Amino acid sequence: MTETDTIIFDTANRIFDDLSTPEVINAAEEGEWPKALWQAIEESGLNLTWVPEANGGIGASLLDGFAVIKAAGAAALPVPLAETLMAGWLLSKAGLEVSSEPATVGLGEVQYVNGVLNGTINAVPGGRSAKQLVVVCKDGNDWLVAQVATDQCQIAAHNSLAGEPFDSMTLSDVTPVQSGVLTGGMDADSVQAMGALIRCVQAAGALSAALELTIEYSMERVQFGRPIGKFQALQHSVAAFAGEVAAINAAADAAAEALSRADGVVDHEAWVEIATAKTRLEEAVNTGAAVAHQVHGAMGFTYEHRLHHLTRRLWSWRDEYGNETVWAKRLGEEVLSWGADELWPKITAVSNA
Amino acid sequence: MSSRFRFPHVQMPPEATALRKEVREFLAEEIANGGFVPMADCWASAMSAEFSRKVGQRGWLGMTWDKKYGGHGRTFLERYVVTEEMLAAGAPVMAHWVADRQSGPQLIKNAKPEIRDAIIPRIVSGDCFCAIGMSEPNTGSDLASVATKAEKVEGGWKVNGTKLWSTGAHGCDYMITLLRTSPLDTSARHQGLSQFIIDLKAPGVDIRGIADIGGQVHFNETNFEDVFVPDDYVLGEVGGGWNMVVGELALERSGPERFLSTFIVLQEAMRLLVNNPTEQTKEVLGQVVAKIKTLRRMSLGIAGLLQEGASPEMEAALVKDMSTNFERELLEKLRKVLPQNILATSEGLLPGLLRDGILRVPSSTLRGGTNEVLKGMIARQLGMR
Ligand SMILES: Cc1cc2nc3c(=O)[nH]c(=O)nc-3n(C[C@H](O)[C@H](O)[C@H](O)COP(=O)(O)OP(=O)(O)OC[C@H]3O[C@@H](n4cnc5c(N)ncnc54)[C@H](O)[C@@H]3O)c2cc1C
Repeated sequence: MTETDTIIFDTANRIFDDLSTPEVINAAEEGEWPKALWQAIEESGLNLTWVPEANGGIGASLLDGFAVIKAAGAAALPVPLAETLMAGWLLSKAGLEVSSEPATVGLGEVQYVNGVLNGTINAVPGGRSAKQLVVVCKDGNDWLVAQVATDQCQIAAHNSLAGEPFDSMTLSDVTPVQSGVLTGGMDADSVQAMGALIRCVQAAGALSAALELTIEYSMERVQFGRPIGKFQALQHSVAAFAGEVAAINAAADAAAEALSRADGVVDHEAWVEIATAKTRLEEAVNTGAAVAHQVHGAMGFTYEHRLHHLTRRLWSWRDEYGNETVWAKRLGEEVLSWGADELWPKITAVSNA
Repeated sequence: MSSRFRFPHVQMPPEATALRKEVREFLAEEIANGGFVPMADCWASAMSAEFSRKVGQRGWLGMTWDKKYGGHGRTFLERYVVTEEMLAAGAPVMAHWVADRQSGPQLIKNAKPEIRDAIIPRIVSGDCFCAIGMSEPNTGSDLASVATKAEKVEGGWKVNGTKLWSTGAHGCDYMITLLRTSPLDTSARHQGLSQFIIDLKAPGVDIRGIADIGGQVHFNETNFEDVFVPDDYVLGEVGGGWNMVVGELALERSGPERFLSTFIVLQEAMRLLVNNPTEQTKEVLGQVVAKIKTLRRMSLGIAGLLQEGASPEMEAALVKDMSTNFERELLEKLRKVLPQNILATSEGLLPGLLRDGILRVPSSTLRGGTNEVLKGMIARQLGMR
């Protein structure tokens, strides 16, 4: 990291530590918008991490943005910062303006005819807390990126496993605020892949945080006259958890780096790395969340304990933008297209590695 | 997390690409000429002194060792390229594997100069092979309990006892052997141990092969009866064996052989699986390739740590634990999508590779430190022990 990068990262962590507290996260689940948290994010410009300085953003590198997203995952951030960054990425890949309001991306069947948008998009993360919704739809042979104000949508509120907005958003003859053609040879699948990558990075952060909570608790809680962490059975479970944390961090970082090498375009190589990470995510989440809860005992099963802020998000993220079955099959098709003799050359062909 | 385990991102040097191409061409040629038939678990079950000499002639043994000792002064990443290519191809690398991986570095660091200079160049040329003599009948995971002892005699040491499971000892020149040089002190169990270079042709050494569950002989029982070892063949300080062994184990656990032992089975299975793949086949291939790519990234991180001069014991333990579990999982997943009764056929390499893979894989999570022992090390690093 360069000096500016460290500053961005430290700023993010400070804001998250101060303002993404368990109380704030619980209140957000009750529907209370974490105003102070978002305000601090806006004031520091974290929501514009990837926007060039010339356009009023921070102009941080893609990897620094992902470092912020990882920190946001570790903090179980109850605002759609990752979604806002993703919306900004998508808008900029269509040459459009990025605003500083909370935003999200909707992937689903939307028709663009005579300059208006129609259709319903389900399971939009952050849905009703966002001011702007960015959709991707076909326009002739092009993929169009269109931004609409969420107050122009009919919203059916749903919640994710994490208690975060996961809404159905219906567009009826909505005129976009702005629209442009998606560049870089990307399509709706590329955008889904970007969502998958962001979830992997968040999950890598959240799993690291859950591991730390678990280790700490295992050394505090005393049963049979000693800290439960001294029992070999728990040590081995936690060791397996640590392995999963290392693995998902490695896979998520590899994918983020591939995207960064392609200047933020989900090219073929980046797509393969993302498919790898999202496929790999399941076992990390399943093992990690199970061990974390097992070690925390009944205390960790309470609403009052903050562990669920992480585990419920993890359980939701493993499904979002395609679960491991979807991605494993896609990656499997890719592997089949390589064939036996190209299998190893393809595995070793990852640039820089 | 990053403060607990470190896997630096590795940038392959440009020369690694050319080297990889060279190694691939060599391997393809060898296979085409009948030089070898690809084997599962090749680094622990396919011994060919002739092949190892060819590898030595190419300059691919002792790659990272200083030129002044006869090595090639290349990077750990270049060595990584060579080893991973050999493993992926199922090449018969067993003869030189241990010497190139851990005995050579141990000798360079701790052997007397004359002994070092006599042995290292022969390892580099592929003419001298080494075995590991750590385990014994009553010493497995608890390595400090070794009982085979060396007693001081005029001009050297007299060794008595039994080493067990030494892979490849029957085809090796030397065994790097952990011995007790002073009686066990239960309050300081790691003291009084020393490492010796034992000439396996010396009088009093008796090597007997042990058949594994597949009936094949790859490891051995080695008995020492009043074997004389000259003073010069002690490694480092007498009594300093424990730390040496710990350093050696970091090397032993750190390489790509811990996740690639069964890779060749996948490659050959692909020849069948590409025809009318089912949804389950696609899913399985996606899952296993995702794991291989992720493990490889971590494994390369360890090579990066070695290049920095670090001793990545903890990272190696973590990756070995996951990797060896994966080697088994790969076979379990593959057999679900391969034709029933494939083992009763003899078409191509696959049935033999699959059989060997299944019968060899229980050893993956034992050799080089069991996964339970490794998890204990990981827990220690996490501050739980
Ligand atoms: C194919 C193969 C090749 C080998 N090659 C060599 C070689 O070249 N040189 C050499 O010196 N050795 C070699 N070994 C031996 C290997 O290092 C040992 O098998 C290993 O260290 C385990 O020792 P053990 O087999 O005696 O099992 P044990 O130590 O008796 O363990 C048996 C079981 O108990 C568990 N256990 C033991 N202690 C604990 C504990 N404290 N907590 C929890 N569980 C525990 C183990 O994890 C294992 O599951 C080889 C082994 C194999 C299988």
